[in-house]
Parts: sequence; structure tokens; C-alpha cells
Amino acid sequence: MVELLRHEYMQNAVMAGFFSGALCGVVGVFLVTMRASFLGICVAHAAFAGALFGLLLGFSPMLGAVLFSMAAAAVIGPIADRGSLTPDAAIGILFSVMIGIAFLILGMMPAGRPEALSLFWGAILTVSRGDIVALAVVLFVVAALLLLFFRQVQAVVCHRAVAAAAGIPATLYFYGMLCATGVSIAVSLPSVGGLLIYSLVINPAAAAYQLTYNFKLLLLLAAGFGVVSCWIGLALSYALDAPAGAVIVLTSAAIFAVACVISPKRRRPSWRTVPTRL
Amino acid sequence: MTPEPILELRDAVVAYNGTTALAGVSLRVDAGACVALIGSNGAGKTTLLTVVNGFTRLSAGVVRVLGMTPGGMDTTRIRRRVGYVAQTQAVDARMPITLIESVMTGVYGRLGWRRKPSQHDHAHVHSILDSLRLLHLAERPLGHLSGGETRRAMIARCLAQKPDMMLLDEPTASLDDASCDIIMDIMEQVHQKAQTTLLWVTHDLDALPPCCTRTVRMHNGVIAQDTSHAPGAGHGEMAAAKHNESGIAHG
Repeated sequence: MVELLRHEYMQNAVMAGFFSGALCGVVGVFLVTMRASFLGICVAHAAFAGALFGLLLGFSPMLGAVLFSMAAAAVIGPIADRGSLTPDAAIGILFSVMIGIAFLILGMMPAGRPEALSLFWGAILTVSRGDIVALAVVLFVVAALLLLFFRQVQAVVCHRAVAAAAGIPATLYFYGMLCATGVSIAVSLPSVGGLLIYSLVINPAAAAYQLTYNFKLLLLLAAGFGVVSCWIGLALSYALDAPAGAVIVLTSAAIFAVACVISPKRRRPSWRTVPTRL
Repeated sequence: MTPEPILELRDAVVAYNGTTALAGVSLRVDAGACVALIGSNGAGKTTLLTVVNGFTRLSAGVVRVLGMTPGGMDTTRIRRRVGYVAQTQAVDARMPITLIESVMTGVYGRLGWRRKPSQHDHAHVHSILDSLRLLHLAERPLGHLSGGETRRAMIARCLAQKPDMMLLDEPTASLDDASCDIIMDIMEQVHQKAQTTLLWVTHDLDALPPCCTRTVRMHNGVIAQDTSHAPGAGHGEMAAAKHNESGIAHG
């Protein structure tokens, strides 16, 4: 394995795993805590359709993924906010539209386009340096914004209506988090693939959510679980000669299962009997 | 010249899905007043409060709060100066936020995104928690509090805003006597010391602080009665109002 790390493609895969794992873990915390996981599915499939659209028209799939996922986030936000349509039904319709567009584009493409298929399953072993730079830049920007607005983000994510009543522009932060999710998914798409990226967004965050009440620790744990999922998944896929994207996702699901078993939140809280520190 | 009131509604109408929640309400509240808003379920009391802080938009009429009209950035400006305690606050028991972090939300709203809370802000929040008998629960997850403790936490968050006006939607509903007394005492103090305007929705005639000098009774989306009285003398007025209201309801 150590020998393998001397190869450039493996170095790229390890770096892509680090950046996309951390990025997906962090934005997953927004969705899991706001109970908006289905928004993540919708954005992920929009990114997938956008990447295929880029391939079809001959421009960068990543740019297509960013544009489509941002557009989906811009549509989903108001739909989720307005009571005139049931959000889950409206998001379900948008989700099916995105899947429809993706398969339509696939059907229009000349047969045997390996790039299109790699967007399905992801190809972390063939990810380019340009993709890694894009991942690193987006992770840096998301982390910087999170540091800058940490208190407001926590308030909005945990109780949006209360944050809004206190004078925090909660809708702006909500849309901002949706956009961050869209861009993060879009740049992670080449590594993990359109059908699997959603799991890497939700599983590490859901696992971390089982383990702590501390929002800062929740973000760090989710990012860590995302990275560990990618790295262990890579190693296992090499050892088992299995598709990397699928093994990464299954690893993240295994981490979630372990977190559920050891979760302190599953036990009855002992706050009534344990003195609190202050 | 009469100073501009802190809150003014003129012919306010709210209608949604074929239902009229407010049917032409006109109300003027001066700064520093403590007004009780009473009425039966569906009378429009909660809708009126949510119109004031911009959660509900008017279908017709005018609302002016602190000299501003809710809408756009003014909604945020109004909310920073108007505290709101909603009737129900369901909190997920696993939510990653502690009581003190939730209460600090009120400070963040007031400061905006550029300024960080000072030592004075932290001390202020601790004193609020102490006065509401919540200090020993400060580090507890918000979702692990009892109903009464959660209600007091929401009031603490509201007080952390240092608001000019507080909108309280049945803040003492389904609380025990001790919790009611704590809330009424602190509201009385806030009103006396900071001259904070209070708009207090209630069904419980006993659950009002003595500083309340005006009672507004709503019925079917309109103001049916607006009475001023001496501090602490509102109970009789409200009892009469409630009696009238049951008369209206029965025919």
C-alpha cells in the first residue's frame, strides 16, 4: 500500500478523498441537523444532470454540475419555505425532473462515453490535479465562511424560526448553506460519482450526529468520518479489487452503524441526576 | 405634537386560504406600555403578534413598528429590537445546541455578524439565566429541558436581545405556579427598569404582571374591547371582558 502511494494517481486519490470527504461531511451536517436530507438528494442529482449536460455540450462537467446544483438550490429554497406546495412533494418532483434530464442526456450521447459512466460511479483513481485544486478551494472557502459565521450558522441550523425571530437573517443563511451544499457536491462528483455522492454527504454527518451535542465537535467528527470513509474505502477497494466509489459509500454506512450502536443519545439522558459544570 | 407610537396598526387585514385572521384591526401602543391581549381561540391574537414582527404579511392596511414597516431589511431591523416568544417551541432532543448557546442567539441578532459578544454580553446573559433560575442548566442540551424550562429559555433568549418591545404569546401557559411567578416577576422588573413595551397574549387572567394597564380583547379577527385601567386593577376588567366574550360566543 505504501508502495502504491508513490504513484501520482494514488496521491491524487488520497488528496481527493481528504478534500471531498471533509467537504461532504461538513455540508452534510447542515442537512442532517435541519432534517433536510432530501434537499441533499435533489441537489446531488441536479449536479449529476449538470455534469452530463456539460459533457454533452462539450464544456467542463464540473462547471455544468455547479450551475445545475446552484439552480436547484435556488429553486428548492423557496419551495421548502412556502406553504402553498408540500415541500416533500415539490422536492420529489424536482428530483424526478433532474433524474429525467440526466437519463435523457445519457440517451442523446454517442454510445460508449466512459466519462459519462464515470460520473455515475465516480473515478477517484483518475481524478485530475485540477479537480483536486477545485476541491481544496471550495473546502477552504466553506471552512472560512463557517469560521466567520459559526454562531449564526449554528443558530439557524438548530432552530431557524428562533434565529429569525432574534433578528438573524435566517433565510439568507439557509440559502447560503444550500448553495454551499450544491457547490460541494458538484466539485466532489468526479471522485465519488452522481449515484453515490449523496451517501457520502449524509452518512458521515448522520454518524457524527449520533455522538455529540457539541456543534463544533459535530462538524469536526463529520469531516473526519468523511475522510476516513474515503481512505478506508480506497484501501479496501484496492485489497478487494472492487469499485472505489461503492466501497467508500459502504464504509461510511458501516461507520454510521457503529455510531448508532455506541451513541450516547440512544441512552436515557442522565441530566437529572448528574450535576452540571459551570 | 404626539410622539409616534412604538406600534401602530391601521385597518390591518390578514387573510389566507379563504380564512380571515385579522379583519380590519386598528391598534396604537405607546412606548413603555404593558398591554394584555385576550380573546378566545382563533380570535387573531397570535396573528397580530406575527404581523408585528414580520412573520405574517398584511393583505391590506398598514403596520408601523418602531417607525418602520415590516418588509425587506426593515423586518430584520425590527426583529432585532422586538423580542418574540412563540406559543410553542418544539425542540429535537438530540439537537446540538445547549441552553446558553440558544440564549446567546438573542445577542447575535442584536450585534449583527460583524461584532462579537463582549464580556459584558456574556455577563448579561448569565444574569438573565440566574434571574430565571436557569443558570444551573446552562450547559444542558436545549432538547433535554422540561416544557417550563424551555419556555423560560425562550424568554431568556428574548431578554438577551435587550428589546424595546416584547411580544409574548401565552408565556405562562401550562406552567406551574412557581414558573409563572418567576416569569411575571422578571417581566415586571424589565418593564419597570428598562421601560420595555410588553404585548402579552394570555387566557389566564391571573397570569399577568401588575404593570399591565390596558386590556385589548379580540374576537373573530377584530378588536371587540379596548380598556385602560390602573396598574394591577386589570383583573376585574378582564373578568368582565371574558364574561362579555362568552356572551358573544353563546349568541
